[in-house]
Amino acid sequence: MSDLHTQQTEALAAIAAAADLAALDEQRVATLGKKGWVSAALKTLGQMSPEERAAAAPAIQAIRTEIAEAIEAKKAALEAAELAERLASETVDLTLPAPAAPKGSIHPVSQVMDELAEIFADLGFAVATGPEIEDDWHNFTALNMDETHPARAMHDTFYFPDKTLASSSEAVGQQKTPDGKDILLRTHTSPVQIRSMLAQGAPIRIIAPGRVYRSDSDATHTPMFHQVEGLVVDKGIHLGHLKWTLETFFKAFFEREDIVLRLRPSYFPFTEPSVEVDVGYSNEGGRRVVGGHGDAPGHAWMELGGSGMVNRRVLEFAGVDPYEYQGFAFGLGIDRIAMLKYGMNDLRAFFDGDARWLTHYGFSPFDQPTLSAGVGARA
Amino acid sequence: MKFSLTWLKDHLETTATLAEITDALNAIGLEVEGVEDPAQKLAGFRVAHVLSAAPHPDADKLQVLMVDTGEGDPLQVVCGAPNARAGMKGVLGLPGASVPANGMVLKKSAIRGVESNGMMCSTRELELGDDHDGIIELPDDAPVGTDFARYHGASPVIEVAVTPNRPDCMGVYGIARDLAAKGLGTLKPIAVPAFSPSGACPVEIRTDDPEGCPAFYGRVVKGVKNGPSPEWLQARLKSAGQRPISLLVDLTNYLMLAFGCPAHAYDLAKLSGAVVARRAKEGEQVLALNEKTYTLDSEMVVIADDVQVHDIAGIMGGEDSGVSEATTDVLLEIAFFDPARIGATGRKLGLASDARTRFERGVDPEFLDDGLDLLTGLIVELAGGSPSEALRAGSPPAQAKVVAFDPGLTLRLGGVEVAEDEQRRILESLGFRVDAQWNVACPLRRHDIEGPADLVEEVVRIHGLDKVESVPLPRADGVARPTATSAQVLERRLRRAAAASGLNEAVTWSFLPEWAAEHFAVEGQDLWLLANPISEDLKAMRPSLLPGLLMAAARNDARGADSTRLFEIGRRYFRGSDGLSDERATLGVVLAGEKTPRGWASGKAQGFDVYDAKGLALSLLEAAGAPTQNLMVMGEAGDQFHPGQSATLRLGPKVVLARFGMVHPATLKAFDLGGPVAAVELFLDSIPAKKNAAFARAPFTPPALQAVTRDFAFLVPQDLAAGDLVRSVQGADKASIVAAQVFDVFSGAGVPEGKKSLAIEVTLQPGDKTFTDADLKAISEKIVAAAGKLGAELRG
Repeated sequence: MSDLHTQQTEALAAIAAAADLAALDEQRVATLGKKGWVSAALKTLGQMSPEERAAAAPAIQAIRTEIAEAIEAKKAALEAAELAERLASETVDLTLPAPAAPKGSIHPVSQVMDELAEIFADLGFAVATGPEIEDDWHNFTALNMDETHPARAMHDTFYFPDKTLASSSEAVGQQKTPDGKDILLRTHTSPVQIRSMLAQGAPIRIIAPGRVYRSDSDATHTPMFHQVEGLVVDKGIHLGHLKWTLETFFKAFFEREDIVLRLRPSYFPFTEPSVEVDVGYSNEGGRRVVGGHGDAPGHAWMELGGSGMVNRRVLEFAGVDPYEYQGFAFGLGIDRIAMLKYGMNDLRAFFDGDARWLTHYGFSPFDQPTLSAGVGARA
Repeated sequence: MKFSLTWLKDHLETTATLAEITDALNAIGLEVEGVEDPAQKLAGFRVAHVLSAAPHPDADKLQVLMVDTGEGDPLQVVCGAPNARAGMKGVLGLPGASVPANGMVLKKSAIRGVESNGMMCSTRELELGDDHDGIIELPDDAPVGTDFARYHGASPVIEVAVTPNRPDCMGVYGIARDLAAKGLGTLKPIAVPAFSPSGACPVEIRTDDPEGCPAFYGRVVKGVKNGPSPEWLQARLKSAGQRPISLLVDLTNYLMLAFGCPAHAYDLAKLSGAVVARRAKEGEQVLALNEKTYTLDSEMVVIADDVQVHDIAGIMGGEDSGVSEATTDVLLEIAFFDPARIGATGRKLGLASDARTRFERGVDPEFLDDGLDLLTGLIVELAGGSPSEALRAGSPPAQAKVVAFDPGLTLRLGGVEVAEDEQRRILESLGFRVDAQWNVACPLRRHDIEGPADLVEEVVRIHGLDKVESVPLPRADGVARPTATSAQVLERRLRRAAAASGLNEAVTWSFLPEWAAEHFAVEGQDLWLLANPISEDLKAMRPSLLPGLLMAAARNDARGADSTRLFEIGRRYFRGSDGLSDERATLGVVLAGEKTPRGWASGKAQGFDVYDAKGLALSLLEAAGAPTQNLMVMGEAGDQFHPGQSATLRLGPKVVLARFGMVHPATLKAFDLGGPVAAVELFLDSIPAKKNAAFARAPFTPPALQAVTRDFAFLVPQDLAAGDLVRSVQGADKASIVAAQVFDVFSGAGVPEGKKSLAIEVTLQPGDKTFTDADLKAISEKIVAAAGKLGAELRG
């Protein structure tokens, strides 16, 4: 047996010294292999008497187990070392740039329109739309601006020429609908009031965001811009409801409790009484920040939109009984409130498509305005 | 409308401060657009006495003055004005004062070596006139040391925006009336200077068009002496932004600006025969005061004599009969014209004037007599002359509108409770007459009052809109329903999907240059061209979203952008069969420049290719919920696209959901873009809406057995579309084949000329038992046979 122990000691040493899996396997063959000495020793057990076997077997079995375990352990160690070496050889320079997916963006006008829809949905307003190429009946007449109304001239309207005349190079006439109405680009979103009331009657609560057009172009005016119209017609609606609705909207939109509105009498043919809506603001670091009372020190008032109680003539034009219903309407400039909230200062840049501007002021597609996550997207 | 505080106080007895007055103006609907206080501009300028004047030792044209400023020692001032002399009184600007005309801040300095402690000023330097020949000379009694602003009577000038419904506030008096109603003071009665008319009006005055000119009042004043207006009148006109011209002209303007009552003065010597308000004759011409000749038509009212037209009624007088310095006899005209006709005439002639603004909004028909007397009295007082009796042709509207008013409406509509007494007081102070039953008779000047709502507005604006409390809108009962339509939801989804694909959303003009719109015009659709575009670049309503995006891409390119990925969701503008607008929601995408920049791993920069466009089109359609599995790839994307690298995606042969492709080189050139550029357009109105689907999905039933795949390589004619081969392979055994996909396209070595190799992986899904070898063989044969019908042969 002492031979076996010597062999065992030598084998364990050789296993421990094996430099690689091949050398280790040689040791396995030399020990546990068919012709290995451990296997040979095990075979000798068969020729022994039961008593001898009982005496010798445990030692030989123990040698076999110990060597097998040593080989397994060494094998795992060698494999781990080999893996580590391979992985080390696979090291790359992670300061090199990874391929970048391009980042898209949502235009501020769209973002703010989604915000409006979300805030007003909570107040029960549906989103309505109408054509941008309108007729003068919906754009003016039904809004209590008949053909001779001076306010019509103040709208800087875009018209379409009468093609039958244009081709003969005579004085350019006015293109008309089949029933004789002038065709024009809508100058405000208010015709959607008329269309919506005609289509669904009262009671009604809608907002109508969209493009509008005025033939006006300077540093702060563009011939195309965006407005949102609001309309509530129901029983018992009065100016107090209008004030609350606008206050509630502006508080939600700017996410500030300290919004103070000032209503000023004004004139729009389609509302009576008509009020202009001012909001208090202060100047912080050269930027207008909405909030606070406009008469407070360091504050002033800024005009944000027009509104009023729907003129009963407009209700009549839109097929709503003015003895039963009354309501309010308002109009706000979307580009304007977007600029105020998100800090853009140049309206013209809105429509240029400059990718740098769009990336700078645009919103992540995942900034979807929701009531639960907040309708505003912070910088 | 601009007026000085002094002028306002001609009509309003008040102790209110300027700030109180401007706050009140804003509160009652006369929006203050600005307040200009000349006293601020004139701060640091004083009445000064020139004690001595000596020649400058070193300059011929300069003098050295010693000037008494009323305090301290006299100051030494160097002055170049020829009229500077000892003993005169003038205006000295002290160091620190800013010269109104040029903003220069005065300081103590040395002029050619002589110390100067300020500047003696000319009228022009103080923006009080054009005179710059010398320094201002003040009367001897001017108190030395007084602030010049105070001495000069400089009064703050208030500018208000008068809304078109309030022509009665287009005169200072009307504004004073509103302020008095608001409680800011007492309205003063109008003081008409006394005069004694003698003799009938020597000129016949008529109105031959009682509809267009219901009333034409006139009077002759003989023996007047025209000349410059007195200081008070000039100051008032200047505060209103008007240039004083001559006494007679200034007085007519004063009547208009103070009382909203336009008037006209004719030089009697230039008139012959009766002066008549009538319709113009077709083609009749008049040389107006602005020295332009206008051709009139029979819808327009004029004032004419026996010989010619002298006045475009209510809009502008004629040059030939206007008063001049030499005028001695005048005919005065105060009239009431039909507002609608004045507006129509003004629009037709493109002629704006202060008179038109008032007449087309409606002047006060009750003020004609007062206006004529006031004008006459002022002329007699200031220009002398002897007036005739007034002659009145026609009569102005005299029937007051009576509104049956319910004071309770103020709360129901205006949302604010105002005591009945107060409502009555407000209305009466504005000139309404209220009887015991609340029948409210409106003053004739208030053309804007149509019904009870207007009276609510009057009460609420004077009572104070700030007293209206917020009242929550009642919440709708029941469960919240979606408030957006399916079309709106579709746009929102697509917008976020496109941005999530790495595209930047742009908003471009709805209008295009005509050539760009023409380039993308749709056959059979006329463009919408504006009659009055802002510029030729913004003339045609877009028939596609691509031109606007291509122009934006070109601008980005010009700014040095390497890569531009833009999209926009908006409308294309067409015409329906009824000739009306047909606006179609559309998504446009333009991919220009580099898809991937050059990189350490990817090598050279790569541009976009048509498969980028196709992939985007399909993924966006997928996001839109379109059935992308069943789409046909067909041609006819349009002439703006590369003919071999563009297509439409259709649901059935006629319903085009999208077009995509590489933009045609000719289009790129037209839009000033280098290539290649890929583009996509999705036609949102063609995407079928989901039909009333329930929330619950169909049950999940994964196949019991695993699918197997088999590869087939076919030799096919070079021009065979892979899609066609895939479709017929898929159709070879619909029960088993669940998918077929091209995984290799090859031509070249080993593939005969005119052919290509298409390798297709077919996925086979067994039903309730696994495929046997025989099953698989049978399916393979069907596949090969189906492919064979397209000329495909299995590669060995």
